[in-house]
Amino acid sequence: MVTAADFESKTEIKWCPGCGNFGILAAMKDALAKLGLSPEKVLVISGIGQAAKTPEFMQCNMFHALHGRALPLATAAKIANHNLKILVNTGDGDCYGEGGNHFMHAVRRNIDLTVLAHNNMVYGLTKGQASPTSERGTITRVHQHGVIMEPFNPLAVALSLKAGFVARGFSGRMEHLSSIIQQALQYNGFSLIDVLQPCVSFNHVNTHRWYSERVYELEKENYSPADYMQAMVKAQEWGNRIPIGIVYKQDKPSFTDQVFALKDGPLVDRTYSPEPLRELLKEL
Amino acid sequence: MSRRVGMEASFAIAEAVKLAEAEVVAAYPITPQTHIVERLSEMVADGEIDAEFICVESEHSAMSACVGSSAVGARTFTATAGQGLELMHEVLFVASSSRLPIVMAVANRALSGPLNVWGDQSDVMAARDCGWIQYFAENAQESFDLTLCAFKIAEDPQVLFPVMLNIDGFFVSHVVEPLYLLEKEELEGFIPPYQYPFPLDPRRPVTMGAFAPPVLCTETRKALEVALQGTRETILRVWKEFGDRFGRSYKPIETYRTEDADTILVGIGCYTETASVAIDTMRARGEKVVMVHLRLWRPFPFPEIRAALQGAQKVLVFDRCIILGGPGGPLCSEIKSALYGEEKKPKIFNFIGGLGGRDITPRQFEDMIARGREILDSKVTVEYETIGVRE
Repeated sequence: MVTAADFESKTEIKWCPGCGNFGILAAMKDALAKLGLSPEKVLVISGIGQAAKTPEFMQCNMFHALHGRALPLATAAKIANHNLKILVNTGDGDCYGEGGNHFMHAVRRNIDLTVLAHNNMVYGLTKGQASPTSERGTITRVHQHGVIMEPFNPLAVALSLKAGFVARGFSGRMEHLSSIIQQALQYNGFSLIDVLQPCVSFNHVNTHRWYSERVYELEKENYSPADYMQAMVKAQEWGNRIPIGIVYKQDKPSFTDQVFALKDGPLVDRTYSPEPLRELLKEL
Repeated sequence: MSRRVGMEASFAIAEAVKLAEAEVVAAYPITPQTHIVERLSEMVADGEIDAEFICVESEHSAMSACVGSSAVGARTFTATAGQGLELMHEVLFVASSSRLPIVMAVANRALSGPLNVWGDQSDVMAARDCGWIQYFAENAQESFDLTLCAFKIAEDPQVLFPVMLNIDGFFVSHVVEPLYLLEKEELEGFIPPYQYPFPLDPRRPVTMGAFAPPVLCTETRKALEVALQGTRETILRVWKEFGDRFGRSYKPIETYRTEDADTILVGIGCYTETASVAIDTMRARGEKVVMVHLRLWRPFPFPEIRAALQGAQKVLVFDRCIILGGPGGPLCSEIKSALYGEEKKPKIFNFIGGLGGRDITPRQFEDMIARGREILDSKVTVEYETIGVRE
């Protein structure tokens, strides 16, 4: 039997005390254990940032990639071995900024993997500059008069590109987040979980308390994640009430389902056998 | 009058950019460069400098934005480090071949992998052939002075090339040192008002970034190389003018204790300051060792290097970067190529160390010099040795 402890790493965790990442890490391990996925079946991939340190703190297959580049790497890993369960741990800067282009095309490709975007609305690793999800007016060392750009809305962007699994979690509700991660891992296709996460060092507005007072679970609201237009409306809801849970879910064929060459199993398990081709060429 | 202050090199660079009245700063945060642009951002917000600060979504976008702003004729500055410089890579060539006088500070950092945010020179060395003027500052004072000079050099009508100022990540970028800041009035006239001769302007349309088929490409690349080599005179003139006006002169290579040497240690970047402590100790013992450090990296100072190393028996070159699959360190490789055609050649050996932020003490430099002499007195069987490596 797989337990969360199987994913424990001996590496010292280098996040600030109270960081939302701890909740996400715990939820992820819990979800993997509940699905009975043992560490050798799991691949955790990240880019650069505080979120991207996550695989370093886990015991399983991992690749800590370059800034913004987790998704192309994860896409190819999935295509080469679609038996792997792939979790991408990324942040708002990594996924929606530097890797924004890759994010859009990973959604379009509908590759079967789960993206956990640790969204703290700030660049934590480089000490508090505004990120793509920072709200207008956010003041940082670089944005002295406040951010003047509209924040990136990950749920609405993913929905606009017809993502089949779009969800939001909160690092302060571990069990709820674990449940979303489990459903995302079981979903066949691209699944986005944007995880609201306080940054105790650099975001003094969107704190644990701030989120706790606002988030509500969609599952308790008689909400159906099958309605696309309703999902678009939910994706825009922000302020006094912030929905968490599965915003949209619809089954459709994933990328690897549609590639004929992958029907006989993962590429990594194939042997090189040019003989049939030689026979075919003789016929010509 | 110039003021003596305590300040980290990152802030000193920001002060120089302010004095140079840069009009656009486009940057993306990356360690260990972040303090430079954060300070500039504060200056923009406080109205200390009349500039636009563009926060972009990646370093590729930062350099692309710099190309755009420089092309319309704005005085443009950016700063980056390590992976950021490599992400800019393809745009660096566009900036130089478009002859856009952008000034960039690079807080030199190791390259992935392994992931490492500390200092070495892998980043600049991987970008050494991008057609930029490139030089190194070894402390906060040099960072300040040479940033001012960078704008004057880059924008000179005889030059019109981008300039990259390199400082070692953390060891220079984050260290608070005493330095003299110049006042606005003192600087009067040193950096003339910026007038790019061919800005993108609807009143005088120009074409930039045009396609060059095989019939033209060789000529344009050759012209670019000739022009870059031709910047030497202006670089020397600007550094001399700076020295004449403000009392601190800079040269393409700097020599330390050059009298009657039999062994010369060659380096680039701030570790040469540490090495000079070792040189002092060894000379006090009567050993004939000398330090030569390069300030100018591109265009490479061939004549100065040949002149400085001509009389030596032994030359030891210290690199903070490995050319993977190549001859060892990039600096040593250039030094060897500079001396290959000379009739009288010293024996040369290469040491590599200080990678990914590992410190090298004066005592280690002493050991390195002793070891290098020993190797050159016997048969040299390897291209280089790595200092302090655990194998």
